[in-house]
Amino acid sequence: MTSTDQTTAGAAAAPETPAPPRQNQILKEIFGGSAMISFLAIILALIFGGLLIVLTDPVVQQTSAYFFSRPGDTFVAIAEAVGGAYAALFRGSVFNYLRADEFGAAIRPLTESLTNATPLIAAGLGVALAFRVGLFNIGGRGQILIAAAAAGYVGAYVPMPPVIHLIVALVVGLIGGALWGGLVGLLKARTGAHEVIVTIMLNYIAFYLISFLLRTPGALQAPGQSNPRSGPMLETAVFPKIAGEEYNLNIGFILVIVATIYVWYLLNRSAMGFQFRAVGENPHAARVAGINVERTYITVMVIAGALVGLAGVQQALGNFTGGIAAGLDAGIGFDAITVALLGRSKPIGVFFAGILFGALKAGAVTMQAAEGIPVDIVLVVQSFIVLFIAAPPLVRALFRLPTPDPLFHWRKPQLARKAEVTK
Amino acid sequence: MIDVRTAPAPGAQVAGSLAVRSWKAPIAFTVFVVAAAILFIGLARDAPTTFRLSNPNDAIQLPELVLPAFATGIIATAIMATITVYAFLRAREARRIPLWVTTVFAIVFLVAFLTWAAAGSTLPMIGLLAGSLTVATPLIFGSLGGVISERVGVVNIAIEGQLLSGAFVAALVASITGNPFAGLAGAVLAGALVSTILASFSIKYLVDQIIVGVVLNVLVIGLTSFLFSTLMTADSATFNSPARLPRISIPLLADIPILGPILFQQSIIVYLMYIAVAAVWFALFKTRWGLRIRAVGEHPTAADTVGIKVRATRFWNVLLAGAIVGGGGAFFSLAAVGSFQKEMTNGAGYIALAAVIFGRWDPIRATLAALLFGFATNLQSTLSIVGSPVPSEFMLMLPYVVTIFAVAGLVGASRPPAATGKPYITS
Repeated sequence: MTSTDQTTAGAAAAPETPAPPRQNQILKEIFGGSAMISFLAIILALIFGGLLIVLTDPVVQQTSAYFFSRPGDTFVAIAEAVGGAYAALFRGSVFNYLRADEFGAAIRPLTESLTNATPLIAAGLGVALAFRVGLFNIGGRGQILIAAAAAGYVGAYVPMPPVIHLIVALVVGLIGGALWGGLVGLLKARTGAHEVIVTIMLNYIAFYLISFLLRTPGALQAPGQSNPRSGPMLETAVFPKIAGEEYNLNIGFILVIVATIYVWYLLNRSAMGFQFRAVGENPHAARVAGINVERTYITVMVIAGALVGLAGVQQALGNFTGGIAAGLDAGIGFDAITVALLGRSKPIGVFFAGILFGALKAGAVTMQAAEGIPVDIVLVVQSFIVLFIAAPPLVRALFRLPTPDPLFHWRKPQLARKAEVTK
Repeated sequence: MIDVRTAPAPGAQVAGSLAVRSWKAPIAFTVFVVAAAILFIGLARDAPTTFRLSNPNDAIQLPELVLPAFATGIIATAIMATITVYAFLRAREARRIPLWVTTVFAIVFLVAFLTWAAAGSTLPMIGLLAGSLTVATPLIFGSLGGVISERVGVVNIAIEGQLLSGAFVAALVASITGNPFAGLAGAVLAGALVSTILASFSIKYLVDQIIVGVVLNVLVIGLTSFLFSTLMTADSATFNSPARLPRISIPLLADIPILGPILFQQSIIVYLMYIAVAAVWFALFKTRWGLRIRAVGEHPTAADTVGIKVRATRFWNVLLAGAIVGGGGAFFSLAAVGSFQKEMTNGAGYIALAAVIFGRWDPIRATLAALLFGFATNLQSTLSIVGSPVPSEFMLMLPYVVTIFAVAGLVGASRPPAATGKPYITS
């Protein structure tokens, strides 16, 4: 069964319809395929964001009051509002062309984007991995907080020799996240408790636990301090910078690349990953096939917790080196869900989705400073991107794009040719 | 509802392999007994606790109830230990523990805990319970919407977004029109609008319902925060100073001792909540409409076969669910605070979602679960005023810890409507 194009099938209603020329198929794939959809989804989201900017821009409002006498003013104001905003977004996230004379300063926003992306990718991988097993991990916040507190405690209060200190703090943090995540898997496997409830509840529990520890002297609170904040990380535990002292980009980004490759290997090349995917597809079938579903739930939540924990460690030892506070998760636990969704729960996809969202986050700060547009616009743009990418038929309908052939292959394989013959 | 634990009949001891013994409930009970022994006996506080059962200006005055903390703690721990032993015996016979036993256990623990935590001071019980009801109101609206939506087969993660959009639009409309009821109507529409996106993406475009729900939450947070920062902050007199919904004392009913001041001296939105709970329960289980909803959520193919339009039923009922939740969102800006604040729902939608699952997709049980959250939240603020020995963070944690225990130990694997989360595709 080949899904032939509607138009060609209708034009020649003969039983032996000749297959459409191959270059037509290739064009269809380019214009209707997933890469094009992703690109158009981002464009559409930016258009919606621009609409919002225009509607709330004071200059546009002023000029629109006399729109019918001088419509040109309104259009100029609209162009300036949107153009200014997105130019600032670009300056803040990729390349600051205002400082083009000095390459080091001009490229700085790009490193900021990558720094912002680091915890998003780590946490996104954790959420995505759980998704692949059919578990919805909303517990990013709790896992980040616990991991950050564990790593932060070691980093701030347990002096150790240079390299060893960093490794121990990192490992302790990952274990913290893994335990907090593993608890969810354990409860799910042993009692059947719904993981959505358990993760939501554990988020709050972690938050209050950390708040308590941060105001308890002898626990996490800095000695001789009264505000709920830990002492600064010791020099030996801070993530070293990898792009020179003037940039914030640190070794966490390398760790995240390693984590991405690990998750890719785990899911696509290892026996455990095969079990994960089998349980995710259908736990009942997996059980019949001899896979221990309960143990899979525990294992995957331990690994997912450690991955999300990596984001927490990055926050504690990389971004909040002056001392951790209860707000250090900064919404990453929830952003990670959107990152995982945008990356379609695939490790490479999550990696690039994280970089995109990191760039939007970095650019939004510049946009607020330069144009006075609240950073919240990034949330709107992000959610539109995910919505449109999740609904390819909608994007195709909006742009009148063709629907690609599901049997299409870039390199014509033997199988596809056979399918045509046996039609 | 099929439950594995009810399956073994009496006399199942003969065939030991057939009997499904669940030790979860007795183990959970044991944990609470140990906690009780440590708190009420180990860390005993010897001072009487006064429970005030009526407000000073009530028509009928009830005497104050005074309980000695230490003695109450010992007696309560003994009762709870007895119940635990009973639970172990029942579990060994592979029989279920009746619900009333669990209820008694919970109430005894609660009374002992209150007596212990507030030892040496006075607890205003009316204020505590009335406040709990108030705090629980938006959670109840949220869980009702969640129940309807999931019963018809669409997972509603977007409760948070629906509540927040309701809160925002309610404040905006009520400020512009100067009429809180117009604001309430606006909130209902806002919730339905969020639901329209949820419904059209998940039913027409077959997008994963969890994805749409999560994204809608982010979208609503982004939109409301953006408009709050631009529109409302610039001119808060015009756009963010709504008139509040009035608090009404119902004549006669409000004079009933204890119940009157708790239930019938509330904001008007609380009375709407009573009506909504009763209406949703009645409609879902006693009307043709409810039967159709449940049929579509359990077995859409069968429903389609007998002529129910599956997609249309889903679409309109998801809209209805959103409208209910949105109306509940008005509570935040029109009853609780009196203006809109950034992200003011603060995760209430997720708690409502937990209440839906905790309440096993049943409107009454979900309401009770939401009330439990409301009680625990309000207990914390009451005790922090009275002054309790427990650090406030642990009191704040309590509702969430209790939920985990309840879900893991007592509820166990809960079974959602069979077709929830699955799009209905006809070939």
